[in-house]
Order: sequence, then structure tokens, then C-alpha cells
Amino acid sequence: MGRFVIRRLLQMIPVFLGTTFLIFFMVHMLPGDPVRAMWGDKAVDPAQLASIRHNLGLDKPWYEQYLTYMGHLFQGDFGTTMGNRKVLDVITEALPVTVRLALLAFVFEIVLGVTIGLFAGLRRGKSFDKGTLILTLLLISIPVPVLGFIFQTVFATQLRWVTPTVQDSMNIGQLVLPALVLGSLSLAYVARLTRTSIVENIRADYIRTAVAKGLPRRKVIGTHLLRNSMIPVVTFLGTDLGALMGGAIVTEGIFNVKGVGNALYHAINLNEGATISGFVVVLVLVYLAASLIVDLLYAVLDPRIRYA
Amino acid sequence: MPDLIEKTADVPAQGATEPKPEKPRSLGSDAWHDLRRRPIFVISALLILLLIVIAVAPSLFTSVDPRAGDLRNHFLTKPNYGHFFQPDWFGYDGQGRSIYARVLYGARASVVVGICVTLGTTILGGIIGMFAGYFGGWADAVLSRITDVFFGIPLLLGALVILNAFSTRTVWSVVFAMTALGWTQMARVMRGAVITVKQQDYVTAAKALGAGTGRIMLKHILPNALAPVIVVATIALGGYIALEATLSFLGIGLQDPTISWGIDINSAQKVIREAPFALFFPAGMLSITVLAFIMLGDAVRDALDPKLR
Repeated sequence: MGRFVIRRLLQMIPVFLGTTFLIFFMVHMLPGDPVRAMWGDKAVDPAQLASIRHNLGLDKPWYEQYLTYMGHLFQGDFGTTMGNRKVLDVITEALPVTVRLALLAFVFEIVLGVTIGLFAGLRRGKSFDKGTLILTLLLISIPVPVLGFIFQTVFATQLRWVTPTVQDSMNIGQLVLPALVLGSLSLAYVARLTRTSIVENIRADYIRTAVAKGLPRRKVIGTHLLRNSMIPVVTFLGTDLGALMGGAIVTEGIFNVKGVGNALYHAINLNEGATISGFVVVLVLVYLAASLIVDLLYAVLDPRIRYA
Repeated sequence: MPDLIEKTADVPAQGATEPKPEKPRSLGSDAWHDLRRRPIFVISALLILLLIVIAVAPSLFTSVDPRAGDLRNHFLTKPNYGHFFQPDWFGYDGQGRSIYARVLYGARASVVVGICVTLGTTILGGIIGMFAGYFGGWADAVLSRITDVFFGIPLLLGALVILNAFSTRTVWSVVFAMTALGWTQMARVMRGAVITVKQQDYVTAAKALGAGTGRIMLKHILPNALAPVIVVATIALGGYIALEATLSFLGIGLQDPTISWGIDINSAQKVIREAPFALFFPAGMLSITVLAFIMLGDAVRDALDPKLR
């Protein structure tokens, strides 16, 4: 187990370096000069421009900038924005909001998705199963912006249960509606995956054995069926947490949540290389950590999987 | 015990005689046979056919220019639901343009982006997955790590960064950005399929007969590894159309001379209270399109994957 974790951690290093390199390269290829943009339409003294560029290290070739950036990163320094703010401050301000939003969406996905999928799988071919298949198909087809407006109109404008946009981004109660919108697509996938997996496993020999030896139904379903059906679902959920945080751009825009998506959207528009790279570094770390946890969960769920 | 040995010895003999008496259906024609009887497949295929006709020749369905704003029919005139196929059927948008015409003309961008990105990711991911799966060892290690690197960047976020680099964005820049980041899933699926197929007896047989690497890959492995790739590709197509609309909605996908449902949804969101219909029709068309492709993908998966039958 320990050796497996170490090997996986070592494998993560090239992926981490590669991803940061890729995003750094992409950001660097962006046209437009963020330093020149500070003056707007006004004329600039070229010497002043050059000196600012030199101070920010932007006069060096891009691969050298990458090395400097990575060097600073390992000392916990994410660089500064063009407005001379610490990128780390921008991140620590936005990240807690999106972590709450994404975790809330994640909880919806797991609780609702697995429950719906379980009952649909147990009642295969019945009306609840068919209803679930149709509903999830609809949920998958409606693009997130549209779904956001539907929810906003129905729950906020018509029913007046919540305010149309979020007033306080740290208030969990106000984040419920955006989290539902954010998690809806994955919720549909989780429900479908769980259902397929349950349908496949319910005919397995070990379920027959468990029923035959007189285990109560709850126990057959809870410890045997559900646990063995979770592997594809856990695989999906592992890649999904990172996707939720990155995909929050649309939801945060519609509901005016001041989180990572919001900050990133502004950073991309303003060509703030350091901010974009900083957020991507954090998102990639979340993704890598989630995929490691998923691998370890396999062994918990299925005792046949052992890591030497 | 002897019973068991006899059985296993029997299997290759059976396999060898199989093709002789009446030609059995291949996986492809078997799937096609199965598909034609599924109502979901027929409905989604007809919908997609209609969409493709609309995308190729939208002028068959309306004579109005979708870009011509007429201020007499001005600002947000309500739909006239009795006027079938007339310019005012779905009402007018904020600039007095016929929403009906715009909904029709918007199909082209969505369909082109969906099909081109699917083709691009399938070819690019397929080649990378094929090499990784077939050669194994170092090639696999390097290619798989590269796939991991691209997989680690969220698709929407990466596409935003790439598209920001284009000052004028056309359908092709959107296709490029989405293909450049979207191929990883295909590569993983292809790699898995190739590794399974590579160990089959017929591949060893082809090698023993002296077939070259290229011939083995193209003639023996590719046709047999294609089924899971086709399934993933059809389902992904609907997702790519939704992603294009999301990018255009964020204002960083397609730009104004191109007509896109995403752009129209974005401009309608500002007047959602006064004119909900301006949001409803492009959003509805988008949802129906995505639904049609996902239903098609579902039906194809059921037909190609006998395990789920």
C-alpha cells in the first residue's frame, strides 16, 4: 500500500509539471500586452514600459519565465497580478467559495444520484426506472446556461424561495440553487452509472448466495450489491470534482457567485497570466489528489484489489 | 477434469469452422440489424437528418435573412404562434431580427462544430491511443503521461484560454480549441481497446504470416477496436455541441457574423423578463439537438455492446 502510494505520487510529478507547462505555454501565446494595456489609450514612455517589463520578468524568453515561475511556486509564491496584488490572495479569497459550491454540488450528486440510480436499478423496467432514464436524458441534454435560467426563473422569480442571484457568496443556504445547477449534469451521469452497475451486479452469484443464506434484504443491498456497484461511480466522481471547480464559470456567472470561475473569467479577459496559471495549478492539484483517492478507494470497495 | 480439457480443446476447432456454413453477420451488420428496430434510434436519426438538412440549406425553410434587423417589426415583438413557418412565428429579438430564421440558421454552426470536433478528436485520440496500446512499454508510458497532462486541464477552462488567443473567432478556431483539448478520452478508450485486441490469436497469426506493423494495425486491430470508440464518439458529439453553445454564451466562442444558439441565448438573457421567448426558442433547439445526438449514442451503445442487452 505504502509503496503504491509513493509510486503514484512519483507518477504525478511529470503530470503536474506537464500541465503547468502546457497552461503556461498557452497563456504566453495569448496576443496583447498586459503591461501596455495598463495605460489604455494614453501614450507611454518606452523606457518606463521596458522597466516595468523588466521588474515583472516579462522581458525574458518564455521558457526562462516558466523556470522562474516554477521555482517561486515551490516556495509557495504564486506571483503577483498586474495590479500588484498577490495571486495567492486572489486565490485564497475565491477558493473557499468555489470549494463550498463544488462540495455542495458533489454531495447532491452522490446522495441523489446514487439513491435514484439504486432504486431505478432495483426496479429495472418498471415505471420508476423508465422515468429516471427519461429524466436523466433530459437533464444531460439541457445545456448548463439554459438550466441555470430555468432554475432561476422558477425558484427565484416565480416561487420566490431564494433571491435570483447570490448576495453573500459564503452563505451555504444561498449556494444551494447554484450547486444544484452545477451538479445536475453529473447527477444524471451518476444516476445512470449506478443504475447500469446495479443491473449488472444484481444477477451475480454472490448476491444469490447472500440471499440464499438468509441475509436481510437491507444488508444484501447495502453491503453486497451497492458496495460492489460503486467502482465505476467512484471512477467518475474522482474526475468530476476537478471538473466541477473548473466548470463553475457558467454557474458562477449566472448566479453572481464570487468564486474561482468568476475570478478566472476576469483573469482570462484581462490577460492576467500569473492569475490564470495560479488557479490552474490549484485545480490540477485538486484533480491529482482526487484521482489518488479514487485509486485507494478501489481497494476499500473491492477487497480483491490489492496494491503491493 | 478430462471433461474440461476436452472442452477447451474444442474451442479453436469450432472457431475455425464457423465462417464456412452461411456467412454469419459481422458485429457491424448485427448492430445495424438491431438498431433499425429501436424506436429511439429511428426517432433520433430522423431528428438528426432534419437538423442536417436545416444546417445545409436553411433557406428551404425561410426566405428571411436572419441578420436583417427590421425596426418596424421592432424590438421584441411577441411570437405569433398561428403563423407557421412565417418570419414572425417565434417573434423578433432585440434588434428586430426574426427568431425563427435565426434558430434555423444557427443549426449550421452547432452541427459543423459537433461533427468536426468529433472527427478531429477521434482521429487524433485514435492515433495516439493506437500507438500507445500497440507498442506498449516506453511509447505507452510517454503517450499516456501526455494524455494525463491534457486530461488534467478542465476542457471548458482550457478552451477559454486558447480561444482568447484568437482576435476573430470563427467556427474553425472553436473546432481547433476543442479538438486540441478534447482528444484525451478517445485516446484512453482506443488504447484500452487496442490492448485487448492485440492479444487475440488472429493478431499472432497475422504476425506469424509475416504481416508488417502497419498492416496489422490497420487491417487487423483497427476494425476490431473501433466499436467502443464509435460509442464514445457518438455520445460525445452531443456534449461538444453543448460546449460550443456554452463557450459562445460566455462570449468567448463564436462571434457575431456567425449565427449561434449560444450567442442568441446570451443576448436573450438580458431581456429574460420582458421576452422569455427570445431565450426559449434557441435554448429549446439546442436542447433538442443535444438530446437527439445523445439518444443516438445510447442506441448505438446498446447495439454494439452485447453485455448490456
